[in-house]
Order: sequence, then C-alpha cells, then structure tokens
Amino acid sequence: MKRFWIAFFLFIAAAALLPAVVTSSFWLDFLTLTLFLALLGQGWNILGGYGGQFSFGHAIFFGTGAYIQVILQSKFGISAWTAIPFSVLGGIIIGLFTGFLSFRYGLRGSYFALITLAFAEAFRILATSAKVVTNGGQGIYISLNREPAATLSRLQFNSVEGYYYTALILTAVSILLAFWIENSRFGAQLMAVRDDEDAAEALGINAFRTKMTAIGLSGAVTALGGVFYVQKFLLMDPSIAYGPTKSIEMLIVPIIGGLGTIFGPLVGSIFLHGLGEASKIVTSGLIGDRPGLDLILYGVALVLILALLPNGLIGLMKGEWRRPGGKKAKQQTPEAGRDA
Amino acid sequence: MLDVRNLTRRFGGLTAVSDASLRVEAGEIVALIGPNGAGKTTLFAMIGGFLAPNEGTVSFCDQEITGLKPHKICQAGLVRTFQIVKPFAKMTVRENIAVGAHTRIKARRAALERAEAVARQVGMEPMLDQQASTLTVAGRKRLELARALATEPRLLLLDEVMAGLNASEIAEIVPVIRKIRDSGVTILLIEHVMQAVMSLSDRIYVLNNGGMIAEGTAGEIASNPNVIEAYLGHGAQERLAQAGTDA
Amino acid sequence: MTDPSIILASLINGILTGAVYSLVALGLTLIYGVLHIINFAHGSLLMLCMYAVYFLFSIFGLDPYLSLPLVAVGAFGFGYALQRFVIGTASHGRDEITLLVTLGVSIVLENVALFVFTANERLVQVPYDLDGFDLGVTFVVVPQIVAFAASLVITLLLWLFIAKTDIGKAIRAVAKERQGARLVGINVDHVFAVSFGIGTACLGAAAALLAPTFPVAPQVGYSFVLIAFTVVVLGGMGSFFGALVGGLLIGITESLGGLFFGESLGKLGISLIFILILLFRPTGLFGQKANG
Repeated sequence: MKRFWIAFFLFIAAAALLPAVVTSSFWLDFLTLTLFLALLGQGWNILGGYGGQFSFGHAIFFGTGAYIQVILQSKFGISAWTAIPFSVLGGIIIGLFTGFLSFRYGLRGSYFALITLAFAEAFRILATSAKVVTNGGQGIYISLNREPAATLSRLQFNSVEGYYYTALILTAVSILLAFWIENSRFGAQLMAVRDDEDAAEALGINAFRTKMTAIGLSGAVTALGGVFYVQKFLLMDPSIAYGPTKSIEMLIVPIIGGLGTIFGPLVGSIFLHGLGEASKIVTSGLIGDRPGLDLILYGVALVLILALLPNGLIGLMKGEWRRPGGKKAKQQTPEAGRDA
Repeated sequence: MLDVRNLTRRFGGLTAVSDASLRVEAGEIVALIGPNGAGKTTLFAMIGGFLAPNEGTVSFCDQEITGLKPHKICQAGLVRTFQIVKPFAKMTVRENIAVGAHTRIKARRAALERAEAVARQVGMEPMLDQQASTLTVAGRKRLELARALATEPRLLLLDEVMAGLNASEIAEIVPVIRKIRDSGVTILLIEHVMQAVMSLSDRIYVLNNGGMIAEGTAGEIASNPNVIEAYLGHGAQERLAQAGTDA
Repeated sequence: MTDPSIILASLINGILTGAVYSLVALGLTLIYGVLHIINFAHGSLLMLCMYAVYFLFSIFGLDPYLSLPLVAVGAFGFGYALQRFVIGTASHGRDEITLLVTLGVSIVLENVALFVFTANERLVQVPYDLDGFDLGVTFVVVPQIVAFAASLVITLLLWLFIAKTDIGKAIRAVAKERQGARLVGINVDHVFAVSFGIGTACLGAAAALLAPTFPVAPQVGYSFVLIAFTVVVLGGMGSFFGALVGGLLIGITESLGGLFFGESLGKLGISLIFILILLFRPTGLFGQKANG
C-alpha cells in the first residue's frame, strides 16, 4: 500500500513539474495525448483487466460520451461543464445496456469480445445515418473559444498547458479509482469473478451484478475520455467515435502495460505512444510522412508481449517473463512441494 | 438443518440422480459415498444451486432453497467446495480466502485479517503470501476449504476434499475437519477415502446409479449387502458370504 | 420500391455476392472447427490476398481467374507459416490469448498494407467486367457469375477433400479430439498449420473472385471480418453447410437492406443479426453445442 502512494506522488510531482522543463508545445501536446490514452486504457482496464471481460468495441463508451458532449454544446447551447454529467451518464447507460444483454445471456470470452465489436459497428452505422442528430459523416464541430478570459468556464484552453493539466487530473483520478478497486470488497469480488466465476458464485458473489457494476464504471471513465477529446479537438464524427482505431488503442495499452494493474495503462501508454512517435520521427526523416508505422509497431508489440510477457511491462518490472512456447521464469522461486 | 427430498436430475435420456433424499442435522458430519459416476457431485450441484433439479426440493434451516442462485444459498449459510478445485489463480492465498471473508465482511482490512485467522485454523499460515497458482494439489484443496470456511457457513459441503492427497496429508486434514465441526459448522462430505469416512462420519448415505441405496452408521454401512454389491459388483455379497463360511 | 422485379433483382445480386461470402466464411469456420480459435486476422489476410491479385494483374497483366491458383497456393503457405511460427507459439495454446494474438496480427497486416500501399483504393479492371447476361429483372455481369459458380465449386471440392482424403481425416480427428489425435501419432501442430493454411487459401481464391468487382484498400479487411464472423456465427461455428447457407443469407440481407434502407443503414442489418444470434442462438443454424 505504501509503495503505491510513493509511486503515485512521484508521478504527480514529476508530471506537474514537466511543463516547466518541456517548453516545446509539440512535446507537451504529445504528453497530453499520452495521458489521454492512459485514461482510456484505464477505462478498458476496469472491465478487461480487473473484470476479465475483453471488450473489442470499447469505443461505444468513448463515442457516446463524446457525442453527447458535442451535441449538447453545439446543438443545444449547453455549457461544457453542464454537459459533462450527461456524457458520463451516457457512458454508464450504454455500459449497463450492453452489459445487461451480454451478461444476461451468458456471453463470455471470445463471444463477449465479438458482440462488443458488433455493437460498436452498429453504433457507427447509426451515427452515420442519424444525420439530424449527429450530422452524419460530416461530423459536428464546436465553435472555438476566442475569449481568453473564458477558458475554464468553456473548458477550452488557448494553451497546451491547460489541456495537459486537465488530462493529468483525469488520469490521476483514474489511477486512484484503480487503487480503490484493488483495495476494496468490490474489486476483490470482481477479480474473483474474473478468475473463476463459478467459485465466486459459490462464495456468495452475485457475478452478474458485479460485472454490471464493472461495465458501468468502465463506461463512465471511458466516456470521460470522450469528453476530453471533444473539448480538446472540438469535433466528433462517426469513425472517430465508434471506429476500430480507438477500440484497439484502448485495449492494447493496458495489455502491454499490464492487465489488472494500477499503473499498467499509464506505463503501456508511455511505452506505446513513445514508440509510435519515435518511429514517425525516424521514418519522416528517411521517407517522409506515411501513416501506419506506429500501428504496425503497436501490433507487433501486442503479439510480442502476449508471447513473452503475459503480465505486461509491469510484470517485467517485477521480474516475470516467459520463454516462447516454454515455461515461466520468475526471479523468486516459490517454495517447492510441501505446503502443509 | 438440511432436508433434501426426492431430488431428480435428468440430462437428456440419462437420469443422473433419481429420487434422492437425505437429511443432515445440526452439528453432524454426514458422508455421501458411492462408486464413481453415482451422481454424488450432481447431487451437490443441485443442493448448492448450480443445477436446477427436475423434481424434488431442498430445504435449509426450514427455508426452501430449491432453484435459488448459488450466491444466495451461500449467503444463507450453505457453502460448497468443488471436486476439481477452482483457486483464484492470480491472487495470493490470503486474497483468495479474503474473498470468502467478504461475504460477511465489508471492510477490506477486516476481511484480510479474517483470512489470516482462517488460514491459521486450517494450517495454511506459511503460505499466506504465495500465489494460489503455485500451490500443490493438497494446498489447493486446503485453500478451497479455507475459502469456504471464511464465509462463516452453517453447513459446509465438501466435495472430495481428500482426493489426490497422500496418506500423511489425509492424516493431517482429518482432525482439521473434526475441529471445524467442533467449532460449530455442520459438514456434509463426498469422499472416497474410506478410512477417513468411517472415522469422521456420524452417518453415511450411499448413492449408486443416481439412487440412494443405504443409510446408516459406519458399522451398518460396512455390512450392508447392497453397498457391497454396489462397490464390488453383482453377486459379490454372495461370494463373500461363501468365502466367509468356507474359511 | 415494392416492385417485385426490383426485389428479385436485389435477391439475385445478394445470392451471387453471398456465395463469395460463403467462401470467405468457409475458411474461418474451418479454422475455428479445427483449432478452436476465432481468427481475427481473417479479414486482413483477405485484404492482402486481394492486393496480391491486384499487383499480379497490374504488373504482370495476369487475369485474376488465372492468378487464382497462384494466390491460393501462396496464401496457403503464408497461412501455414503464420499459424506454425507466430500464432501457435505466441498463444501457448490458451484460447483467450489466441484471440488477442490474431488481433495483433490483423493490426500489423492492415497497417503494413497502409504503410506500403497507402490508403488509395485499387480496382482490378478486367476488360469483361461489363459483359454479362440480361435476366430481365436485372443484368448480371460475368465476374458475378464466375464468382458465384467458382465459390460453390471450391466449397464442394473442399468438402470432398476433408471427407475423403487421409489428411482430411487427420483434420477431422484433431477437430474432434485433440489429445486423442496426438496419442495416435498425428502431428497436431502440423495439422493445425495445414488447416489454417487451407482457411487462408480459401481467402486467396475469394480474393481473386472478388477482385473485378471489389476495390481493395487497407480498411477493407475490417469490414470483411465483420461479415465473415456474422456468417460463421449465423451458420454455426465449424459447420461447412452453415457457412454456405449463412453466406447466402447475409448476401441477401445486405442486398435487400441496401435496397430498403440505403447503403449505410442497410449494413446495420448485418450487425443486428450478429448481435441477435450471439444472444439468442450462439450455436447458429447448424452448429454443434459448445465442445470441451
């Protein structure tokens, strides 16, 4: 427990002071997006890492939160702050809806992954077709805030620092949420359901209700990520909202970083985003800008991590790794044989 | 305390359990034995809420629990363990047992403390911080027992908790089970290890081909001709009696 | 809009396209039936095969129907190697991990295509792509007819192969009882890889058949993956006949859906079918119950 708080305060302190050192707005923006990705990854981690339900269409929560945020502002003139609770609520409701259908009908493992994929695609098609509400494929825009004094109240910042600190606060909150999960009765029950649903039921845990709570929480956090995206980029369209790109990024980050760990999504995001950016810099020097290289590396990293580091980068830090096709190696060997 | 009446369960054309009844009084250790495939685990699954019976009822402490979900039955005080153990692989022994403790305890720290106490009770204290996936079979069986115990059950259903244990491990766990009963928990166990069954049980039920064929104390069961036939085959009772008179 | 001849035209077009969907799904259902893995990379593999057909055409002038055997064999080899050396070793035989590994592979394949070929659509323009037959209600072009006929023939050939040859028997053995097959001396890893290779070869053939009518771009893989999964789940995981029927049904759904609800909303029908089947009848029309 103490180790967490030390790590957490170190992280906050370092991150808070970073803008003083990193003056380039390009790099500060890069860090902002890294934190944003960590936030989304933590949202996925709640359901996937702690809950063991791998969602391949997590964009439904991101996109719903984002669309509510953008529609309330641009079509109804509601202020950004007032819109936030609705966006988060939207994420929760969609979570409970998809969770109810999936869990009520006993979908687990690959079937659950597939149905989330289908939901995301269905939402994407609906968003493209419901032009009256969403402007269809053209996307919706929020007008840019031009009054320097009104930045916080409109939740739009004229400087990169504003977005950076917002992302930092949101990411910090998500980390605290993960910490709470790991040290609460809910979290213990959720992880029990993940490890063995029947055994958990036999021990008095209502697996359905536990999973529903998890997907609701996950939906809320991920929707918050959608809110942030909208406030930063001031637009939303169906393929950003519900397309496969966000869904994939959201799941790769915690898997690489370490499933079901507090700092896994953050570590995964730093590693992946950094790797992606580094590769873009290298190639743009050699052959000019060409999209796709960063995602190639993400995919390769995913396969390598799955093959060699089942507990992700966090696991690597703890000294756990696996030889391909072989046994696990740990630095501390468990007590052999005799238990009793 | 537990009143099982006329439980029947069919799987397609196969009747796994047929018209089975048993009773367990508070404070007893009752054993359910029978040859492999007799339907014992199916019976447990029905009592524990994992399978719905086609016919029959289960009452626990005068409350009908037939068809209730397992987590509700556990909350009522009836907990089952699994024949094929199901540890929470990614958690430590302490965290595993704490999951059981959380049935009655909300606070995390209190649950972890209770987990420690239960581990001490079953002799797992040295393993508290070990990951469950690294335990041996004996360790996992004992973990399964500890986890169920942590839920503060009134009735414990133990499904072959001694399967896979060697003689000394069995000798160690028998007094643990007896102490659990002495602490106020009633026990119904499925077991194949006969010496343990005979020495622990107040009463024994025998299940064969889905139906109850005998009930009684250890002595009565051992000399029951139907039981002998069930285990040793048709005609065995006569052959044994013959051998007895010849000798 | 309710003019019966328009509906009939739509039906015919749907069936013709549906046969190719069946072929695509056939590979997927074979892979699932034998390896028990849900191959996420199926769509991107199809996409790569389509690029192969395109470049054989644009560089060497090879007609897609002539390059079909070439691409199918090449695809077999690629699929064999992919399963044997990447997917099989990375997954350590655990099913949940395999899904993620195939996802990773699909991400790599799709983005390699994006990186190397860019996002521009490429279409194979054969000289006969407008020749065809007037059926009264609609005009069907040669590529549609060839695609339909060839898909059915290949499906039949594949079924015969699995049912009658020795390697087919080995495949069926491994599909039914992995450990038992191992015990009687079947090299299970090899059979896995062969099955995956055959599944990919189906994609090679389907790519050649689709080339004259479907443009290829890196994103194409994703939409095919959804269609393929829907067909397989609808028809029943592991069922050849299910893949055939499912493909035709989905082809019809897509066609009629597009007719009544427009291009994009029409596709919603496929996702909805997928969701409904997963919820209410996960074994599909002809699938077996969950196996151990």
